[in-house]
Amino acid sequence: MGSKSVVTWAGVSAFALYSSMAVGQQSKYNFPEPQSVIAQDIYDQHIMLMWICLVIFIAVFGVMFYSILKHRKSLGYKAANFHHSTTVEIVWTVIPCLILIFMAYPATKTVIAMKDTSSPDMTIKATGYQWMWGYDYLQGEGEGISFFSKLSTPRAQYENKEPKGEHYLLEVDNRVVVPVGKKVRVIITANDVIHAWWVPALGVKQDAIPGFIRDSWFTADKAGIYRGQCAELCGKDHGFMPIVVEVMEADDYTQWVAAQQSASAVKTSMHVENK
Amino acid sequence: MAAVHGDAHGHDEHHPSGIMRWVTTTNHKDIGTMYLWFSFTMFLVGGFLAMGIRAELYQPGIQILEPELFNQFTTLHGLIMVFGAIMPAFVGFANWQVPMMIGAPDMAFARMNNWSFWLLPVAGTLLISSFFVPGGAAAGGWTFYPPLSTQGGLGVDLMIFSVHILGASSIMGSINIITTILNMRAPGMTLMKMPMFVWTWLITAYLLVLVMPVLAGVVTMLLTDRHFGTSFFNAAGGGDPVMFQHIFWFFGHPEVYIMILPAFGIVSEIIPTFARKPLFGYSSMVYATASIAILSCVVWAHHMFTAGMPTVGQLFFMYATMLIAVPTGVKVFNWTATMWRGSMTFETPMLFAIGFIFLFVIGGFSGVICAIVPIDIQVQDTYYVIAHFHYVLVSGALFSLFAGVYYWLPKWTGNMYSETLGKWHFWLSMFFFNLTFFVQHFLGLAGMPRRIPDYNLQFADFNMISSIGAFGFGLTQLLFLYIVISCIRSGEKSPEKPWEGATTLEWTHLPCPAPYHSFEKPPIVK
Repeated sequence: MGSKSVVTWAGVSAFALYSSMAVGQQSKYNFPEPQSVIAQDIYDQHIMLMWICLVIFIAVFGVMFYSILKHRKSLGYKAANFHHSTTVEIVWTVIPCLILIFMAYPATKTVIAMKDTSSPDMTIKATGYQWMWGYDYLQGEGEGISFFSKLSTPRAQYENKEPKGEHYLLEVDNRVVVPVGKKVRVIITANDVIHAWWVPALGVKQDAIPGFIRDSWFTADKAGIYRGQCAELCGKDHGFMPIVVEVMEADDYTQWVAAQQSASAVKTSMHVENK
Repeated sequence: MAAVHGDAHGHDEHHPSGIMRWVTTTNHKDIGTMYLWFSFTMFLVGGFLAMGIRAELYQPGIQILEPELFNQFTTLHGLIMVFGAIMPAFVGFANWQVPMMIGAPDMAFARMNNWSFWLLPVAGTLLISSFFVPGGAAAGGWTFYPPLSTQGGLGVDLMIFSVHILGASSIMGSINIITTILNMRAPGMTLMKMPMFVWTWLITAYLLVLVMPVLAGVVTMLLTDRHFGTSFFNAAGGGDPVMFQHIFWFFGHPEVYIMILPAFGIVSEIIPTFARKPLFGYSSMVYATASIAILSCVVWAHHMFTAGMPTVGQLFFMYATMLIAVPTGVKVFNWTATMWRGSMTFETPMLFAIGFIFLFVIGGFSGVICAIVPIDIQVQDTYYVIAHFHYVLVSGALFSLFAGVYYWLPKWTGNMYSETLGKWHFWLSMFFFNLTFFVQHFLGLAGMPRRIPDYNLQFADFNMISSIGAFGFGLTQLLFLYIVISCIRSGEKSPEKPWEGATTLEWTHLPCPAPYHSFEKPPIVK
């Protein structure tokens, strides 16, 4: 008896705690702080769904645990003998359908928005390799820039011979640089096996499929450095090919482009060497 | 059918003993026992691999498993748990229980039954031995997506053959179960009077017959891509790597329900027994099970939202997936209504059944969240998904298996298990399971991808908690082994009817333990 109420309490409070933790911005219990319209939509829908789930959870398990506490043989409770009720069964089929429609409506709008890669300000091709990323600026300011981007965490750190830095495994030699507030279309493919290009703060994840081209887009809201990782198992060093996007103000970006265009040919050849 | 019956009865007089009893047996109870012990053995092997994974992830940095070996561990953990532990365990339950619950003397195809079991140790040995071949075991994940799986060595071929053999075994097992249920029910037991466990297995068996050949086809295509120069999944030769994913998940998603529908069946037997009240909404339970099975065949691409699909495709698979929440919800409501105003007691089977519902619902919620395409774009291939499917497969399928073992042990062995130790097993499993997997939701949301051997420091504390939970959960299962062995060897004698609320034929018409040959004369069902 005592143990059951403890469990009820623990279960409900754990779930409530989870939900409340999920609400706080920039917490380690939730998505990273969204930096694009799509990422913000995803964030908001996730919070909304958590609240809906919490309400359903409390309703269903409130009834079940009330029953577990009260309708027990040790309290001398005599079993009833009902075994169906068409009305009740129709009601609890229809209500979930309505809740689902309520959930699906905003999701549908976001899906359509996510898929709209038309009229970008610039286009970048990301190519997955075992185990690094290659970037080619195809269109827009910076057209013609091309480089590889590899993990820059020293091997000694993951072999535990040196202390690990703040951006352990999430740092690269050459970041993808984009201007703030511009619609960036990312064309994604791979050279060998399937990889996935994922930057959580920008709300973009797209598998990179060898021989095929997929695309996605983002518009970064503010300047900053946003980190992600390959999200599709691609062999031995799958955990060691991060993606780092640096979003710059327009002027800084123009300077970066100029610097790149004078040095890009040298850079490319320097970074193809194996680890 | 008559010929088959006669054959099974022919073994009455000389039933071999020692090892030959088990090798040559056609008795559904012996075969069921072997299935269950085989699956428990594989559960320990898969569990050992899980311990290796969690030990490596205990701290950031590479300590125990090099990345390549780590990938082999995750791949084989998945394959062994799905094909070696969970699926054979449910077939073991079907072997023991289906004939007794429908009043049949044995399975319809008794010899094929023997063969479908004895294929399993061969397949299991192939899988495990692949660790010791040059290049090691398959390391492309349990979903073995090409082109990565085309790159692997001999281990991948062993895995392919193993999957072929497991598939053949499953298909034979399912044909046997379908035939038994459709042809050998006791007089008077119409379809709509069958126990819910039998219903769920009938539907599951149809799903298996539908999708296992698809899996066999796709692994064969992979094999010919690897060795015979075809290019089904190789873009350079005109193929498409994503086609593999479509075919694989056409098998893979129904497979998820193959592992959970019989669990629903077991729980639907246990809840009414311990609530001393008939199952609420029996016919809606049957329809819900059938709807889940049908829907499960049209939702496969929700595993591939990030692979790239037309907008209409994403929306269709999102809506279809969300729809599964409706029949699943109906089941949970029915179980709750069954408990409502019952006269409940809380022996170990009931505890595991309630634990199942509680945690399965959490897994169901995270399932709906994963079904929403925009959110799935974030959580796909992260620890969130790992948490989600362990909530439905461990606290879903596995907890229901534990519930079923405790429920039917008295019938199988004639002895009672230790109620005290059983309750310890439940509470420890409950605690450590949640310690292991609940925090993985946070890891996934915060951005930790799955299948990585090392991670950024921001993920360190939750990974440590998760690993501690996993070690505890692993050790707790040794307690289960002890409970079962001591029940068989020295358990107290079970009363004729240990559960007063039980109403199915094996409890009302058969003694404890059930005789080696039961229902040679079929019972009459009113």
